Amino acid sequence: MIEGALWRKWVFFYIPLAFFLVFLLFPFYWMVITSFRPDGELYRPWNSVNYNPFWTWKPTLDHIRYLFEETLFASWLWNTTFIALMSTAISLVCGVFAGYALSRLSFPFAGSLGTGIFITYLVPQTLLFIPLAEIIRNYHLGDTPWSLILTYPTFLIPFCTWLMMGYFKAVPKELEECARIDGASRWQAMIHIVIPVAIPGILSAGIFAFTLSWNEFIYALVFLSSPGQKTVPVGVTSELIRGDVFFWGPLMAGALLGSIPVAVAYSFFVEHYVSGLTGSVKG
Amino acid sequence: MAVTALSTYGDLPPARPRRRLFEDERWLAMALLVPTIVLLGLFIAYPFVRGILLAVTDSRVGVPGQFVGFANFEKIWNDSIFRTAVYNTFLYTGVTTVFKLALGLWLAMLLNRNFRGKALTRAFILLPFIIPTVLSTFAWKWMFDPTFSVLNWLMYHLGLISSRINWLGDPDLAMISIIIVNVWRGVPFFAISLLAGLQTISPELNEAAAIDGARPWQRFWYVTWPLLLPVTMVVVLFSVIQTFADFQIVYVMTGGGPANATHLFATYAYQIGIGTGLLSEGAAISLAMFPILFLVVIIQLLYIRRVEVR
Repeated sequence: MIEGALWRKWVFFYIPLAFFLVFLLFPFYWMVITSFRPDGELYRPWNSVNYNPFWTWKPTLDHIRYLFEETLFASWLWNTTFIALMSTAISLVCGVFAGYALSRLSFPFAGSLGTGIFITYLVPQTLLFIPLAEIIRNYHLGDTPWSLILTYPTFLIPFCTWLMMGYFKAVPKELEECARIDGASRWQAMIHIVIPVAIPGILSAGIFAFTLSWNEFIYALVFLSSPGQKTVPVGVTSELIRGDVFFWGPLMAGALLGSIPVAVAYSFFVEHYVSGLTGSVKG
Repeated sequence: MAVTALSTYGDLPPARPRRRLFEDERWLAMALLVPTIVLLGLFIAYPFVRGILLAVTDSRVGVPGQFVGFANFEKIWNDSIFRTAVYNTFLYTGVTTVFKLALGLWLAMLLNRNFRGKALTRAFILLPFIIPTVLSTFAWKWMFDPTFSVLNWLMYHLGLISSRINWLGDPDLAMISIIIVNVWRGVPFFAISLLAGLQTISPELNEAAAIDGARPWQRFWYVTWPLLLPVTMVVVLFSVIQTFADFQIVYVMTGGGPANATHLFATYAYQIGIGTGLLSEGAAISLAMFPILFLVVIIQLLYIRRVEVR
């Protein structure tokens, strides 16, 4: 801890930390309070008298009701969940296999393949979305969940592979060799010995991939067109704004409800998420 | 040297051909890598080639184009909105990176102490990073609303302003607004990554420096910072790539407005390529990002290799 007087602790620790917490969390508080606030209170000019923006005494569920009755919000939630789970599963299988091959097997071009996958890890979605939209249309995948389930792995697999390589490298070679001396094939040794040891890594990669695909926006915006097919971020953006009119109540309620699944998933696996995040940077 | 699987048990079934094939490291590696290579090839390498082909033709939606050479690049080069977008992208990336690094490092140092509720604090701090960006950006847009802005209310009641600030209506203020949102979203990533880096530095080094009479600032500059540099480099380069190619925050906050003053590469490419349907020109704008991204990736690869060799 900080040496010295109590005031130093306040000045150099508590006050800065409180500043950070308010800065980082206030938008979420604002999201919550707006979701439950009646329209009459919502649209009062910022300088009107007796206006208390930070609390409401008349909470309402109208905005949430509007979302589920007047929009396809329920389908958007389902679409996003389905797409995120499927693309995470595909990416985990590919990433675990590729990570195993690149970290524990020796074969020609292993180094350059590893570098290649690392480079694709750094390719942002905004670089390729226009040609990719053409390709999706040519494959007749446009406006289906498969257009996203198949393209999300392009930014999830490299990350999963990278993370899994780190975990696999830490598993001692002897463990695998013992199994092979006992008669296990390479495949069996991988499935029954090495992969179970790396389960924390798989969980980290999985939770990280899930949040990333829940967050993805531009591919979903470009590839999906009919309202029933959209994901939460795209649906909220395109269906809750009419021209210049923003329905702020339902918008914030949609943002809140659309954040809850990913926040819940995150809260169960905070430690795995953090090690995935830091692992993805350190490699 | 592959260890041959000699079965000592008589009741094991004889190895099937598939199994024997997979005993060869090269075949197994290939089989394991096929799904990854197929997906990355189909949806990264192929679109990249298609993108280049698209950028040298004059295709529109539904109209296959003719080869036009570098006409699209020439056209965007003479486009004043594109030039603004280039300037904005560099400004946006530069300013946000400085702030994210400074604030992230500060937050990491705060979190690197023992205090009650540390785990919970850390979990909450990451929220801006994990909540879908589009959704949290809407909360910011609502906070910056010209008529109902809570920030204006707050500043007015603190006596900082006397009339409303039209955050998203003025080009400079709009740029400042999107920079604030990007910093807000990026600080947790910097803080948590740098915290992981800080935790690998042995406290004894700092203690030894303290015994030798080093002031806190000197301890940071001569002990902590050099040891943290490798992690910092990777985090910064990573963040630069993401910020340079950012789309979501600007798309939601301003849509490139007012009067096309806040476009970045990605939002302008979207507006031209998807909005107006000029596919080739949009692809050219997107690809114009490539040389800079490529440079950053090369720096990162060289840096990682250097660190690994050491």
